[in-house]
Amino acid sequence: MELTKGLIAILLTAILTQNFVLSKFLGICPFLGVSKKLNTAVGMSAAVIFVMALATAVTYPINLFLESKELGYLQTIVFILVIAALVQLVEIILKKYIPALYSALGIYLPLITTNCAVLGVVILNVDNGYNFGQSMFNSVGAGLGFMLAMVMFAGVRERMESCDIPKFMRGLPITLVAASLVSVSFLGFTGIVEHIFG
Amino acid sequence: MAEKKSLFKEFSKGIVIENPVLRLVLGTCPTLATTTSVRSALGMGLAASIVLVCSNIVISALRKVIPSKVRIPAYIVVIASFVTIVQMLVKAFTPELDEQLGVFLPLIVVNCIILGRAEAFAGKNPVLASAVDGLGMGIGFTAALFLMGTVREVLGAGSFLGMSIPFLSQNPMLIFILPPGGFFVFGMLMACVNKLAESRGKPRAQLRGCDACPMAATCKLHNEAAPEQANGEEATA
Repeated sequence: MELTKGLIAILLTAILTQNFVLSKFLGICPFLGVSKKLNTAVGMSAAVIFVMALATAVTYPINLFLESKELGYLQTIVFILVIAALVQLVEIILKKYIPALYSALGIYLPLITTNCAVLGVVILNVDNGYNFGQSMFNSVGAGLGFMLAMVMFAGVRERMESCDIPKFMRGLPITLVAASLVSVSFLGFTGIVEHIFG
Repeated sequence: MAEKKSLFKEFSKGIVIENPVLRLVLGTCPTLATTTSVRSALGMGLAASIVLVCSNIVISALRKVIPSKVRIPAYIVVIASFVTIVQMLVKAFTPELDEQLGVFLPLIVVNCIILGRAEAFAGKNPVLASAVDGLGMGIGFTAALFLMGTVREVLGAGSFLGMSIPFLSQNPMLIFILPPGGFFVFGMLMACVNKLAESRGKPRAQLRGCDACPMAATCKLHNEAAPEQANGEEATA
């Protein structure tokens, strides 16, 4: 019971209070770049959840190995290479064996290699000293939080299309201000997880 | 003389005309995350600049050795090595900065500015020009972070580099050092820069997320979305 409670707390923290995009500023590039339409936002975030979970599952044993050999300083290099190789591998496997999934997620995969959210989540798992279960829940939660932020923001941007925006604010500035307001709404979740589970 | 002039051009373009953050809209993650105080903003800027200059030099020296098919992984390895070195130095000499930057110190690896410069400049140009280009871009990045950090720390905490400012320190606007403040200040800064650029007859900074991304060439999403995006831009212009 305690265990499940802890895991759910990690999941909810990652989705709501410590949202990856809106309070940790990880993965801002796709957040601003791919959120113009709802369907691309959903596709991109599904691919991110998938890669995050997979990357965590693969890097966890690798990190144990590195630490057992006292090679902790190689963490950054090894992680980024593993993620890059993993994304390539997933792309090839999906293309060959699950073409339906490939056509849905495939186009987003190369983008994810250099996405700081994926490398960020595996490094944070190590920094926080999470065990395997906690790492997996944290990664999936981070991915879901990314999806939540992307979908919400895509909705806001679709609304913004039809607005009369002052000329100097058009384009990027108004997008950032809108992101700021979406982020304010997430401030409302502060303390909610502690309140439920504390 | 002509050579000297062009070197200076490479150096200066990164600071104003092609400022990586404010004009090219690259490296937004660290720009938003590490500018809660001037100190951490400067720390981030310096750390990224060191990595940028060193990786530019090495990549440009190796540009004829690296086969073009595997150049991106090769660049990533070079960059990751320098990030690890910088990470160890920061941990050893300024542990409090390491704590402030947290996960963003190792994340310099995936900073688009560095991989972007490697791909766009260092992979094609001689060593000296690449070093100068990296230095200029690094200074531009640091300057933009310093600007953001100053606005956010002065308004949000009422201090500058930890020294408190008389009136503001009694009435800090906390929201500016919280995440929404980061987005807001960055948005306003972009609006100002766009206004300035327009009055000089320069194009305004576009959200080129994908265009500027070093993975653009290999990315199908970008290639499919590109014509559509171009149309959209024409319509708004």
